[in-house]
Amino acid sequence: MPSDAGARETGRFGPYGGRYVPETLMAALEELDRVHEAAKRDPAFWAELDGLLKNYVGRPTPLTEAPRLGAQVGAGVVVALKREDLNHTGAHKINNTLGQALLARRMGKRRIIAETGAGQHGVATATVCARFGLECVVYMGEEDMRRQRLNVYRMELMGARVVPVTSGTRTLKDATNEALRDWVTNVTTTHYIIGSVVGPDPFPRIVRDFQSVIGREARAQTLERWGKLPHTVVACVGGGSNAMGIFSAFLADQDVALVGVEAAGEGLESGRHAASLGRGRPGVFHGSLSYLLQNADGQVQPAHSVSAGLDYPGVGPEHAYLKDTGRVLYEAVTDRQALEAFASLSRLEGILPAVESAHAVAWVLAHRGAWRVGDVVLLNLSGRGDKDVAMVAELTGAAT
Amino acid sequence: MSEHPIAARWRAIRGNAGTRRAALIPYLTAGFPTPEVSIEALRRVAAAGADFVEVGVPFSDPLADGPTIQRSTQAALDQGMTVPRVLDQIRRAALEIPVVVMTYLNPLLAFGLERFVREAAAAGVSGLLLTDFPAGADPDLEALVRASPLALIRLIAPTTTPDRLARAVEGASGFLYLISRLGVTGARDAVSTDLAEHVARVRSASTLPLAVGFGISTPAQARATGRLADGVVVGSAIVDALATGGVGAAERLVRQLAAALREGTA
Repeated sequence: MPSDAGARETGRFGPYGGRYVPETLMAALEELDRVHEAAKRDPAFWAELDGLLKNYVGRPTPLTEAPRLGAQVGAGVVVALKREDLNHTGAHKINNTLGQALLARRMGKRRIIAETGAGQHGVATATVCARFGLECVVYMGEEDMRRQRLNVYRMELMGARVVPVTSGTRTLKDATNEALRDWVTNVTTTHYIIGSVVGPDPFPRIVRDFQSVIGREARAQTLERWGKLPHTVVACVGGGSNAMGIFSAFLADQDVALVGVEAAGEGLESGRHAASLGRGRPGVFHGSLSYLLQNADGQVQPAHSVSAGLDYPGVGPEHAYLKDTGRVLYEAVTDRQALEAFASLSRLEGILPAVESAHAVAWVLAHRGAWRVGDVVLLNLSGRGDKDVAMVAELTGAAT
Repeated sequence: MSEHPIAARWRAIRGNAGTRRAALIPYLTAGFPTPEVSIEALRRVAAAGADFVEVGVPFSDPLADGPTIQRSTQAALDQGMTVPRVLDQIRRAALEIPVVVMTYLNPLLAFGLERFVREAAAAGVSGLLLTDFPAGADPDLEALVRASPLALIRLIAPTTTPDRLARAVEGASGFLYLISRLGVTGARDAVSTDLAEHVARVRSASTLPLAVGFGISTPAQARATGRLADGVVVGSAIVDALATGGVGAAERLVRQLAAALREGTA
């Protein structure tokens, strides 16, 4: 049974989700919900989106067997990479931004805002805005702009204005605050393309729906190639959009193990991590109730991860529900493990993963021996690592 | 059952038709500029002509607030302000006018909302205004506040649809708080031109007193708004005065605002 049964009526996944936002935004959320529901039932909407996904983004993305990585994990174990890194712009984010840009057009909104952490969602938003001729403003933490200079320049090349956010931790959390403040101010002309399955209802459902193409393709590709479903599906979880995208196709397949990998940063015991599900408590943040890194007083705690895209103290409400029901296992790997996995996948398969996706690779590598001959481990390679090369070089002391 | 302190205050303000004027509702961030000065600021602002006072409980991610209140709440957090310390400040300030706590939901959830409404009422709080808790967001939590002695003050926005307006006024008490224009808190150059229309729309849906806030900073703006509304909320301008000129400056601004509202009735 899909985990969102009844979600449209209540805006919730079990107790999680909801619309905890300023009253000013409520009308826009109601409109977005109506437009999304109508679009879902409109074949013309899907025809246009599918056409763009095929001819502009390059879908379907391949499913690549990783034999040398597989040999590290266990004799005869098949590790299959869902290659979201091969999408136009280099990550899964564009699946969502294309869909939401089409919704914005249906609402007659010509101005788009977005938040970004690693810059992948910002780039994907700037891309679709260029494609549709929409005004684009991207909020990005000053610290993240420093970590991801190349992506800032990419966004600007495509005509977006990148606004540095200097408040709070100067990362994704504060960029999201700033985007929400812009939306409260310009809501009648502006659509906010949230980049993950977070935020107030209906965003977690909308982003999940647009990312579910990953899971639909991967499930069919696995069945076609190996004649069976995967044993385990693994994806990294920051806000959780690539994970919801691939998990959504397997939720009803009770025999398929689903594993979400959070960022343990410098270690779960260090206090410097981004494991909202692993170490957080339920709280209201950025418009919804979900697991949240917070102190005893309910103040949101800064997250830490080497990966800007996972450096977020919240997580999507559907993940909170899937954790509580036990359908998905949520684990965490450290910065160090992720950087090692980044190097391993590069050397073993000739594929540079985004440091976010490297967390999923690291979890698989940490569980060598856990699978039997012939088992298929499906790993969502949510983005490519080109953006991370300079940072990895800096961290590992290599010459740049 | 005795009259609710907020209703009693409105009755006192409106009681004499000859001196009818809009109420002045200043906002102060608890713990700003420092926890000690904050208590003095509350007392002196209250005594300078305020009818109600809004006290902000700081939250780490104030997404409906502009830079002035963001800075003040962050400074308060940096100095260790917590929900129990805010309540202690309100108790120690022992104000004669009704106190409304304004904040975001999460600090109260962490404290326990049931415990909060009980302890807040005991500390002398009369109303609660939650920025990220629109009508219908969470019926269980809403019922909990409604069963408490605290008035549940609802925000109404220029974008609020007729359907939502009906829902919002249904669960409201104390007064309604109309956001004067789209945006976050903070000073603006001019008061919204379509405010009269929004005021009329809300008045047609409810007989509760109507306060207007967001972006009102000068005595002239307060006077203009006070001609339309029952109450005027001034926040960022007072916090700004407190930040730059200390309690004396905040007190002077409140006196000027109060005088402007009295003139407004002439």
